[in-house]
Amino acid sequence: MAGFDKVVSSYEEAMEGLEDNMTVIAGGFGLCGIPENLISEIKRKGTKGLTVVSNNCGVDDFGLGILLPDRQIKKIIASYVGENAEFERQMMNGELDVELTPQGTLAEKMRAGGAGIPAFFTATGYGTPVAEGKEEREFNGRHYILEPAITGDFAIVKAWKADRYGNLVFRKTARNFNPMAATAGKITVVEVEEIVEPGELDPDQIHTPGIYVNRLVLGTFEKRIEQRTIRS
Amino acid sequence: MALSREQLAQRVAQELQDGYYVNLGIGIPTLVANYVPEGMEVMLQSENGLLGMGQFPTEDEIDADLINAGKQTVTMAKGASIFDSAESFAMIRGGHVDLTVLGAFEVDVNGNIASYMIPGKLIKGMGGAMDLVAGADNIIVTMTHASKHGVSKLLTNCTLPLTGKGCIKKVLTDLAFIEIKNGKFYLLERAPGVSVEEIISLTEGELVVEGDVPEMRL
Repeated sequence: MAGFDKVVSSYEEAMEGLEDNMTVIAGGFGLCGIPENLISEIKRKGTKGLTVVSNNCGVDDFGLGILLPDRQIKKIIASYVGENAEFERQMMNGELDVELTPQGTLAEKMRAGGAGIPAFFTATGYGTPVAEGKEEREFNGRHYILEPAITGDFAIVKAWKADRYGNLVFRKTARNFNPMAATAGKITVVEVEEIVEPGELDPDQIHTPGIYVNRLVLGTFEKRIEQRTIRS
Repeated sequence: MALSREQLAQRVAQELQDGYYVNLGIGIPTLVANYVPEGMEVMLQSENGLLGMGQFPTEDEIDADLINAGKQTVTMAKGASIFDSAESFAMIRGGHVDLTVLGAFEVDVNGNIASYMIPGKLIKGMGGAMDLVAGADNIIVTMTHASKHGVSKLLTNCTLPLTGKGCIKKVLTDLAFIEIKNGKFYLLERAPGVSVEEIISLTEGELVVEGDVPEMRL
């Protein structure tokens, strides 16, 4: 690595420095646009006690779900979970701490964290269990709650294409939480399907500028589909 | 006769207007897309980051990178756009979506809605529902009027943990179309063949019935 070149040659190198009890922010919605190989690398490393921030927690044998059997996740902050049996078991037994967060609030927490905004007011969740213990304030006759931002020791991101400087382009709805996650990690690691030379991407078409990206690794992807639905 | 799922969707579709941006929740709301009136253009918002959701793909069109908020594979309609999740909820929270349709377990006379959590049962989470009810002005809740055992879901006070407070103004059940205002339910329409008396008996919260209540046209 030299200058702005963010490319690393292995997944091991990509996740170097990840330690027990760290916070990891992950992009992806369902199984779409998840950093599947970076998650596999965390499994291989055996890092434990992680706090994971992600909209969902994968399924039993794919995505973040694969970190559950070895109890690598201590706490998850997510909007929708329980698509897998092991998750359910650990949650019901109190082995896994689950902080349910509305989807838009979760996205905004990551965005704010990456943008240097420590907290924000939102109407989402006012008067619900989400508001418990949070400051409330009225603006123009409406009620809002104060939601703190989130940052992570690591952010793990899946993009479609990148140049060596870490400028990223996402593909279709695989974009989802990835751009916000990319901004919110102390170390942001991105895996992509294709890496091109700087200058090859049209600057107008870049979704995430390379300034947010620390490490870039080229991967191959299974891209599993959770709900294969076709028209009859 | 109580409305079928398809009939609920048909009645909701009558609330669509040309040029509407619409967010449809999972379940019955999704069916509304099948009843967009001929010649009318609406654009469907899927909160994972797609405006202009198309129909389900053919086997050849399936793309793992293109799904809806229910995680189903979809296609894009003409004029679609893609964005990240923060942008998606900026649209929702900022009140830019014209109509939101979603399901619920309970609603009450103060416009409170409970739709995501039954204590003691498995809690899967609220997904985007709390953002949708807090951000949208024009919301239609679709639900069954009462449980199989005849227990009303239209209440004086919701009993389950809330998804949103004071945010629901219109409810379409399998028996009735109801408006919520001034801390009361108002009966606007009844399902074909369903009597006002039956609706009253299955509505626990205060229900105002003014004059002859028309039957829905489907």
